[in-house]
Amino acid sequence: MSFPPTSITQLHQQLRSGRLSAVEVTRHFLQRIEQTNPQVNAFITVCAEQALQAAAAADRQLATGEAPPLCGIPLAVKDIFNTEGLATSCGSRILHNYISPYDATAFARLKQQGAVLLGKLNMDEFAMGSSNENSASGPVHNPWDLQRVPGGSSGGSAAALAASQALATLGTDTGGSIRQPAAFCGVVGVKPTYGRVSRYGVIAYASSLDQVGPLANTVADAALLLGAIAGYDAADSTSVDCPVPDYLADLNAGVKGLKIGLPQEYFIEGLAPAVKQAVAAAIEVYRSLGAEIVEVSLPRTAYAIACYYLIATAEASSNLARYDGVRFGLREQQDGGLLQMYEQSRAAGFGAEVKRRIMLGTYALSSGYYDAYYLKAQKVRTLIREDFNRAFEQVDLLLTPVAPTTAFALGEKTDDPLHMYLSDIFTVPVNLAGTCALSLPCGRDGQLPVGLQLIGKPFAEAQLLQAAQAFESATDWHLQRAPLA
Amino acid sequence: MKIQRIEVEQVARLARLALQDDELEALTEQMDQLLAYVEKLNELDTEGIIPTAHAVPMENAFRADEIKASIGTEKALSNAPQREESCFVVPKVIE
Amino acid sequence: MHSRYEVVIGLEVHVQLTTKTKIFCGCATAFGRQPNSQTCPVCLGLPGALPVLNQQAVEYAIRAGLATHCTIAPRSIFARKNYFYPDLPKGYQISQFELPVCEHGWLDIDLNHKEPKRIGITRIHMEEDAGKLLHGGTAGSRVDLNRACTPLLEVVSEPDMRSADEAIEYLKQLHQIVMYLGICDGNLEEGSFRCDANVSLRPFGQAELGTRAELKNINSFRFIKQAIEYEVERQADILDEGGKIIQETRLFDADSGTTRSMRGKEEAHDYRYFPDPDLVPLVIDAAWIEGVRAELPELPEAKRQRYIEQLGLPAYDAGVLAAERAVAEYFDALVALHPQAKICSNWVMGEVLRALKEKESSISACPLPPAALASLLQRIDDNTISNKIAKQVFEAMWQSGAGADEIIDQQGLKQVSDSGAIEGLVDEILAANSAQVEQYRGGNEKVLGFFVGQVMRASKGKANPALVNQILQNKLGSRS
Ligand SMILES: [Mg+2]
Ligand SMILES: [Zn+2]
Repeated sequence: MSFPPTSITQLHQQLRSGRLSAVEVTRHFLQRIEQTNPQVNAFITVCAEQALQAAAAADRQLATGEAPPLCGIPLAVKDIFNTEGLATSCGSRILHNYISPYDATAFARLKQQGAVLLGKLNMDEFAMGSSNENSASGPVHNPWDLQRVPGGSSGGSAAALAASQALATLGTDTGGSIRQPAAFCGVVGVKPTYGRVSRYGVIAYASSLDQVGPLANTVADAALLLGAIAGYDAADSTSVDCPVPDYLADLNAGVKGLKIGLPQEYFIEGLAPAVKQAVAAAIEVYRSLGAEIVEVSLPRTAYAIACYYLIATAEASSNLARYDGVRFGLREQQDGGLLQMYEQSRAAGFGAEVKRRIMLGTYALSSGYYDAYYLKAQKVRTLIREDFNRAFEQVDLLLTPVAPTTAFALGEKTDDPLHMYLSDIFTVPVNLAGTCALSLPCGRDGQLPVGLQLIGKPFAEAQLLQAAQAFESATDWHLQRAPLA
Repeated sequence: MKIQRIEVEQVARLARLALQDDELEALTEQMDQLLAYVEKLNELDTEGIIPTAHAVPMENAFRADEIKASIGTEKALSNAPQREESCFVVPKVIE
Repeated sequence: MHSRYEVVIGLEVHVQLTTKTKIFCGCATAFGRQPNSQTCPVCLGLPGALPVLNQQAVEYAIRAGLATHCTIAPRSIFARKNYFYPDLPKGYQISQFELPVCEHGWLDIDLNHKEPKRIGITRIHMEEDAGKLLHGGTAGSRVDLNRACTPLLEVVSEPDMRSADEAIEYLKQLHQIVMYLGICDGNLEEGSFRCDANVSLRPFGQAELGTRAELKNINSFRFIKQAIEYEVERQADILDEGGKIIQETRLFDADSGTTRSMRGKEEAHDYRYFPDPDLVPLVIDAAWIEGVRAELPELPEAKRQRYIEQLGLPAYDAGVLAAERAVAEYFDALVALHPQAKICSNWVMGEVLRALKEKESSISACPLPPAALASLLQRIDDNTISNKIAKQVFEAMWQSGAGADEIIDQQGLKQVSDSGAIEGLVDEILAANSAQVEQYRGGNEKVLGFFVGQVMRASKGKANPALVNQILQNKLGSRS
């Protein structure tokens, strides 16, 4: 077995048996980060000292023989999670000096198990982006090809994994922000059902769409991590109080007899040939594993992007009003009066994409436009949700590509916002419908990984993970590592 | 044209963003393009459709009226750009 | 109140609820603490923090709705009201916009006991308060967020009031009700009950409303009258000169008794209301409503009616007794033990409230529970003591906490009804005051009072006054 193991379950075994110590594993990852971060730029903050302390504590707990599965496991989280006593910038200059006084629930649950936090991961500013080029800390480079984007907005979360800088990470997904970077970086990424994981302490982009999820090297690791963070949290009114199954228990149940739907609207022109081919091959794998493949329709797919950009920007325009230079964060023009302080602080603190979305959202909510834009989008959202409900009356799961292409070149789409937005066409509808989905590696486009998306019924994460596990067991895409790894 | 520059300026004021000339220029064009794109939604008849606020149906999340410890004045003010004693300070506000 | 124009007033009252914690977080709501000491990520508006609704605040909103004859919405939602201000941490206030929790209520006000007038209540919605902006700092304005996120009910009336007096009557009644319901401490000075008034004028007979001004920052009933009356004159002067009223927010200045336009807030507001995605719909079923209704106290108006109609009290007494819930409940308990309503009313309004006022105490701290007072009244009733001695006993009971009988015994205050003993006293007094005896016999019957007083004094107040009277008359008469 290579050092260190690339899966949580393997490492847990070795930590428990005492063959490895959490401190030595943590040292290894800190060293990896030091070596590779200048090229990848996945980490915004590395907290070496705290990590080593946490690792030492984990070793003490491991020595008692009573250690939970994440004890001593080196993880990292997107810089959107509040982490007490650590810088939490959300990829923004406006929070460049912000030290959070509290922990996000999802992170607290990992910490509770004794997981070791290595640091905070780069991201598109306020999770707004599909390429991780909108970060105040600079772009992230894809470990498979450093000239390409890792995807976004959880680009750091995916790239850090692909570059073996951490064993697993947390991201957030508002319109594909876990699944698309997972696909671009060849790792597994899960976007749980809305309400499955607490949003408390996760900096809000679009509150009705945001959801926390894990990124990992294997389906089993993702299942383990999801189990650790999922479940009701009294601090989040939108967290759902329904029991969390043991996602590992029946992970190998297989897909025999499972009905998998192929939404015809997702197999369109404009799909890169390599993506098309890899997904077609994946379909054959499922067929060979005993799944029944049927064609379904999600007729309102073409409206999802327009619907999404109205709802997300409207919510964001309000969510980002608290960055006003009064209680925390950047303050500019102290002496020019209150209005100037507001306007200059926000103008200097937010990047171009964030400003664009605040502007669009403010406009969509403003008097006289609310009904035409925001309300209209909320109604279309109902129709899109109905599409999924109808499809799930016929099938257990949906299978689609994650994105029309593989990782594109840095700078390729930065000048054309609409073009960039349209690349989220396969992931955005899932957030609008609120249901769960995941991305897992299913092929290659030359050097670059291709991602496969599976979409499940609301709260059917267990079934979704079983189907992913079946594919992973039958293929070895997940074993292929980036050149930088 | 879906939006004029003067409206973009108004929106910027509402959003408390001091935008440069070139930013306003670019935003007018981009917002115009995006607003034209979202017109697409009008192809769908949504008469009588109930808007979806949360994709997962939810209602009634409460907390009991029980006091939880404050994080304390020092922690509350720990990120303050400017403070005086135990208050945040902002440029003088005239009412 | 004006001869040329009809005055139209609508009121928006912010009622601060007496929950222990804030509406969306677990921070305490106590008044007057060190700035920013009652805060957490939620009420500081820190990135990532989320609101969770205080169930007690909902319960209080239902109480208020039922007490003001509102319909309780089976489903209501919270909305964000977006605007920037340093005392508003999130850059939006969580409030209700479409679908408030209560709608379509009313209160009857009774001016000078004429026909009651019905004032419509458009809606009652729940919202969070803002923090406080303090203007005395050396470096700039200071922000204290202890009050941020405190639960408020905003009670919005219809523009049904036609004078400052009507407005005050409505406010007083609303104030009484929320205090009765135990949902607000009613403290105007601390801002627990705040009123904004929308005032407009129109020519008599015109159906359409005139342009209104919104008056803010009025924190006493007296100031409301001043503010409205000043504003009516201001608007009338403008209209008289052919001018136009500008729709604006005006600040009442208590020092000068005037209102002035709020500078810096001229820009048109665009609050961009939309449903708060961090909160879920509030669903209130019939069982919950009925549960709250069953627990509602008898309200002041109903008490007044009952005191007048069933207990036969004068309207004045009924009004005084019903004004404060604790007083009314004291009175109710007293009457239940001593079913002579007018006597009970006299004692509560006279002795009890006087003593409380003298001692700057409240009825809840009254050392004389209704049962103790009832036993005292019983001793008047059965002629053990006179009304006058009873007041002396009352005072002693108040001081010592001892029972009426105990004090009567200890101090030997029992009324003397032994005619032999009284006759002796009467003889002494008559003998010592022969001049007055002559006056009486000469036809000046007023002198009788003098003799009664003398005998009572000689008996240290204990002689049965009726008996004294009778014996005096006999003796004075028998010698003539
Ligand atoms: Mg209000
Ligand atoms: Zn709080």
